[in-house]
Amino acid sequence: MDKAATAQNSFWNDTGRSGLTAWIFSTDHKRIGLLYLYSTTGFFLAGVILGLILRIELMAPGRTIMDPRTYNALFTLHGVTMIFLFILPGFPGAFGNLVMPIQIGASDVAFPRLNLLSWWLYMAGALIALSSLFTGGGPPDTGWTFYVPFSTRTGTNVTLAVFGVFVIGFSAILTGMNFITTIHRLRAKGMTWGRLPLFTWSLYATAWVQILATPILAITLLLVMAERLLGTGLFDPGRGGDPLMYQHLFWIYSHPAVYIMILPAMGAISDIIPVFSRKPVFGYKMIAFSSVAIAAAGSLVWGHHMFTSGMSDRAVLVFSLLTFIVAIPSAIKVFNWVSTLYKGSISLEAPMLFALSFILLFSIGGLAGLILGAAATDVHVHDTQFVVGHFHYVMFGGTGFAFFAAMHYWLPKFFGRRYREKPAIIAWGLMFTGFNILYFSMKILGMRGMPRRYYDYLPEFADLNLAATVGSWILALGVAMMFVNLVSGLLRGEPFTGNPWGGATLEWSVATPPPTENFAEEPVVTHGPYDFTAAGRR
Amino acid sequence: MDGQRHTIIGYGTLTAVWVALLLLTALTVGITRLELGGYRVLGALVVASLKGGLVIAFFMQMKSEGGLLRLFLLIAVVTLAIFIGFTFFDVLYR
Amino acid sequence: MEHGGHRDGFAAKLGMWLFLFTEILLFGGLFLLYAVYLRRYPAEFAMGGRQLDWMLGTANSVILLTSSLCAAMGVTALQRDESRRAVGLLCATILCAAGFLAIKYFEWSAKIGHGVYPGSERLKSGPAGESIFFSLYYMTTGIHGLHVIIGAGLLAWISVRVGFGKIPADNLILLENGTLYWHLVDLVWIFIFPLYYLVL
Ligand code: HEM
Repeated sequence: MDKAATAQNSFWNDTGRSGLTAWIFSTDHKRIGLLYLYSTTGFFLAGVILGLILRIELMAPGRTIMDPRTYNALFTLHGVTMIFLFILPGFPGAFGNLVMPIQIGASDVAFPRLNLLSWWLYMAGALIALSSLFTGGGPPDTGWTFYVPFSTRTGTNVTLAVFGVFVIGFSAILTGMNFITTIHRLRAKGMTWGRLPLFTWSLYATAWVQILATPILAITLLLVMAERLLGTGLFDPGRGGDPLMYQHLFWIYSHPAVYIMILPAMGAISDIIPVFSRKPVFGYKMIAFSSVAIAAAGSLVWGHHMFTSGMSDRAVLVFSLLTFIVAIPSAIKVFNWVSTLYKGSISLEAPMLFALSFILLFSIGGLAGLILGAAATDVHVHDTQFVVGHFHYVMFGGTGFAFFAAMHYWLPKFFGRRYREKPAIIAWGLMFTGFNILYFSMKILGMRGMPRRYYDYLPEFADLNLAATVGSWILALGVAMMFVNLVSGLLRGEPFTGNPWGGATLEWSVATPPPTENFAEEPVVTHGPYDFTAAGRR
Repeated sequence: MDGQRHTIIGYGTLTAVWVALLLLTALTVGITRLELGGYRVLGALVVASLKGGLVIAFFMQMKSEGGLLRLFLLIAVVTLAIFIGFTFFDVLYR
Repeated sequence: MEHGGHRDGFAAKLGMWLFLFTEILLFGGLFLLYAVYLRRYPAEFAMGGRQLDWMLGTANSVILLTSSLCAAMGVTALQRDESRRAVGLLCATILCAAGFLAIKYFEWSAKIGHGVYPGSERLKSGPAGESIFFSLYYMTTGIHGLHVIIGAGLLAWISVRVGFGKIPADNLILLENGTLYWHLVDLVWIFIFPLYYLVL
């Protein structure tokens, strides 16, 4: 880091240890946040490359560059990397750590050492999962869902990969514990629950999901390991077990987990949109409440992943019905964001562009989710490229774009330097275009019956697949451009000072970059997080 | 606020709870020897929940904690109950 | 904690409870499977349960309840500044843990000696429900046993700190959290015991 840009007491200049150890043993939430940022975005970029390779294979029918086994291994690796190494830990780990303690006026999280441990566990889990590629029977080929019976029978090294994910789950639990405790105990004077920034609210809801759902994943994965190592037969129909119970347990975790992915993204958007509309957020209470409602309702709907599995018809009915309930709080948020924009004085800078495209892409993905959540239509598109299109829209178009919005919004504050605006906007344009070409094609393909997880397809699907692959290149070009612009800007760009966008949350009231202890003296909060007039007066 | 609690639970109370727990253990063993059919599981679970309640209230001192922790415990238990209960929408009617 | 400079005992306790919830849900997954399979194989579960020695199970219940009592009294002792007595009570707790594990060890080895373990020939050739029962039994008691070991280790470390402790207030928080963990181990057993040893 360039010393010139940083004030003397900035967290970049923390004395004590030196070199790498000053980072990987630091308990400062900002440094841990950056560790998470570097590692999760690193895995994201690796995952993008894997995705591109998958798309090249699908460019033309028949074998293009790899055999079916390799394809299986690659989409598994792509899925596991994106889900467990990027998107689940990404938002809470990186921006939750960087921003949340400052937003509530605290000097750090409640348990700084556990926080560091959580990053270490995450890295250890990632390394264990990745080492499964080179050991035992080689790269797992089950898909990121590790469905039995295949995952208990395949000769590939599922055991190790699953263990890695188990360790990462531990890390998520620690983060969740830490954040809930922090938000309860370390709010500054005057920081009432009604003044909590919406990003912090969303992290609070997320943390509860992390705590209550992740243990189910842990036990499920332990059972898969036991099944492989000891032959417990608990999921083996030949021995009296029920493979559907695996699916239940897996989705009891993994459906709430998609809210771990999306809630913090929604929170970031709720913070960004008012700032760039120069207008207090519309319906603060409803947005905060809907975060909690999504977290709660999200725990009731896991069965909608199993409509075609042979589950009882009554369960299909119940879970389908409940699924529609989750749509309500999500829609509440969308309406509130749009109402915030209404009559605001909107300034279309990079963070806002990403935020606006988040709303659009998430809505497309979310509405497609209703098609999947209605049992009658799901039967037709289950396990097709439609599903792949759907979850890329919500996870990449949703959480991914929100993550990019957050990077453009918050990172200058922490680096003290800014990226260049024009390349950021061009990169955004490329990504947005490429994204839609890529995944909309996949949705249509799915509607027309192209299944997912195949390296080959019927000739009539060729045109759209070619389009999708070209789209993936445009998208990747945009991603590359965005990262180059961000990295060069944050390291060598113009100095970034003060509060150029006029944010009213506490992180904008501290020095740039923030000092190690965040606040020189404990702040006293006198106004709400989106009260721009009160914030301007200070 | 909810924080600094200074209630100390005396040795006598703790011992009394322990005796109650032992009696309840004897009771579980007892009722599961009776011919109650399907109610045996129910009976065993009810007694186990009572025992669990005693452990939580006295040994884990939940009795003297504020409402916040109790609410949280309730959330956790209800969540687990939902996970188990909703699975039975499938299992019961398959 | 280090940064703020002031100790927040309630935060530590809140964090611990949140962690305990994750433990409850971890075992909850196993109880979920138990419930589902009990409904499917009631007769086989009864048969399996009868093969377990309920006397040993009862003995272990008594041992764990007693250990919990000692742990709880340990907290009371430290609150009354009787750190010597606290250490003694903790040692009693750890002793109980050892007794529990010893009994478990004999139970398991007897069962394994009879060819009853996950994937064994005997279970494979027997009724499917029985194999499910014992697989669940081994998984549940195995993971529980692991928690007993971890809990005992934790309490041992804490009792050393209490024994030589200079900052009683810090140790009290530590001890309270350690015993909370221990009570959870007891709590889980309270449910394992009737479900596996007694049901039918
Ligand atoms: C340039 C970026 C990306 C490209 C080109 C891409 C492409 C693909 C392709 C071609 C598949 C396999 C479809 C199939 O045959 O079933 C796939 C699967 C998947 N992708 Fe992506 N993807 C990208 C980014 C992402 C992101 C950002 C995420 C999550 C945050 C993600 C999550 C997944 C998941 C979970 C799967 C499913 C893997 C499985 O079936 O087990 N992808 N992606």
